[in-house]
Formats: sequence, structure tokens, C-alpha cells
Amino acid sequence: MKFAIALYSAAHAPSSRRALRFAQAALAGGHEIVRLFFYQDGVHSASSNIVTPQDEQDIAQQWAAFVSQHQLDGVVCIAAALRRGVLNEDEAARYQRPGINLQAPWELSGLGQLHDAIQSADRLICFGGP
Amino acid sequence: MPKSLLIISRQAPWAGPGAKEALDIVLACGAFDLPVALLFLDDGIFQLLANQNGAAIQQKNLTANLQALSMFGVDDVYACSYSLSERGISPAGLAVADVQSLPVEDVRALIDRYDQVITL
Repeated sequence: MKFAIALYSAAHAPSSRRALRFAQAALAGGHEIVRLFFYQDGVHSASSNIVTPQDEQDIAQQWAAFVSQHQLDGVVCIAAALRRGVLNEDEAARYQRPGINLQAPWELSGLGQLHDAIQSADRLICFGGP
Repeated sequence: MPKSLLIISRQAPWAGPGAKEALDIVLACGAFDLPVALLFLDDGIFQLLANQNGAAIQQKNLTANLQALSMFGVDDVYACSYSLSERGISPAGLAVADVQSLPVEDVRALIDRYDQVITL
């Protein structure tokens, strides 16, 4: 089955960890992930500036490693990310901000990527939110 | 045949960016000409109230965007009647003209009619 996965929560939220475990299980089960789309506070799950205590899971780092390892399409909503200070090199330069906290494998793009994923997936699975 | 999408908007307009971000998904859908519907549920109902004054808390009103939904090709807009009555809000006084009040028993059937559902 082809899954699109949307995440609306930051890396410290249980739903971010659950989304990651679901995504890992989907691939392990022979399914396909057409795209990950991080929206709302989910943009924080892609931040490369998160530091967790040594005895805790670093879910943001695990997300990035998972996306890289499987060469997945990891899209972070640009409007939601800018609003929350999640910036890649281009956006930090464009808005003259001092910090970069979004890097490969993540890509900033628009909501059209969510609709495109919805069209090509059999199922959209959403994690987090109200 | 494109897949249809139902957005369920559950957050009050001044509770953070959630209400606007749910609406942005709907408007982007309209721009791509995809079949979409919007259901206001729970505190999302508060987005539909008339005479909101966002300026008083340095926020932008969403009302004009909601009233423009039909211009973006979004004609199927629903409000859960139970959520309305629970909050003492009459369907007659809503700021968005074309919103249809939907009995709570019909919410299940509505969700069933759409291929994908996003709840925010």
C-alpha cells in the first residue's frame, strides 16, 4: 500500500515518535511511503537544532536518519516553518536570520505537496494535532 | 478522478494558528481544483461567529477568508449542529452565509463520503 504521512507535532510530542515508528513499520512491512509532510508544529520535528538529554530518544535526529537512509521525500511546509523559526540556508539568507535549523534530507515546500501526496497515496495517515 | 478531501476544523480562531492553517489547506485544495469539503466541529464552530474583533488582540480576522470560500470553489461547508447547540450558538447568526448545519448523526456519513480526512 502507498502511504502519505502527515505530522502536526513537534519531536518531543508522543505523536511524533508514533509517526516515526509507524513509518518504519510501514517500510518494514513492504509498503511504500510516497511522502512525509510536516505541518503546523510538526515542522519542529525536522529541526536539526534539537538537543535531547543523553538518556532520552532524539526523535528529530531519528527522523532525519530514517528519511536519509530510505531516501524518502521529506517535505516541511514552508509557511508553517517560517512562522515557527524553522529555516534552511536559503530562507535564513532571504529573511536575514542568524540561525539555520533545517538541512538535508528535509525540503521546504508548499501545501500543494500535501495535496499531491494525497492524490498519489492510497491512504493519508495523520499524527498529532488537536 | 481526483481523490476527495474533508477537512475537519476543530480549533477556535484565537487559540493559535491552527484555525488559519486548517483553512490554508482548504484554500490550497480549491486552487488545485480538488473536491473538498470543510466541517466545523467542536471549538472550530467559534470561527463562524459574526462581529469578531481580532484587532483588539492584534490578530487578523479569519471571517473574510471564510466568506470567500465559495469564490475558491469550496461550496461544501458544514457546521456540526451538536457543536453549535453545545455552545449556545444559533445557526442563523453565523457570519458565513452558505454553511450548512449538519446533525451529529450525519457527521459519520459525511466522513464516509470522502476519500481522505484531515482533522486540525
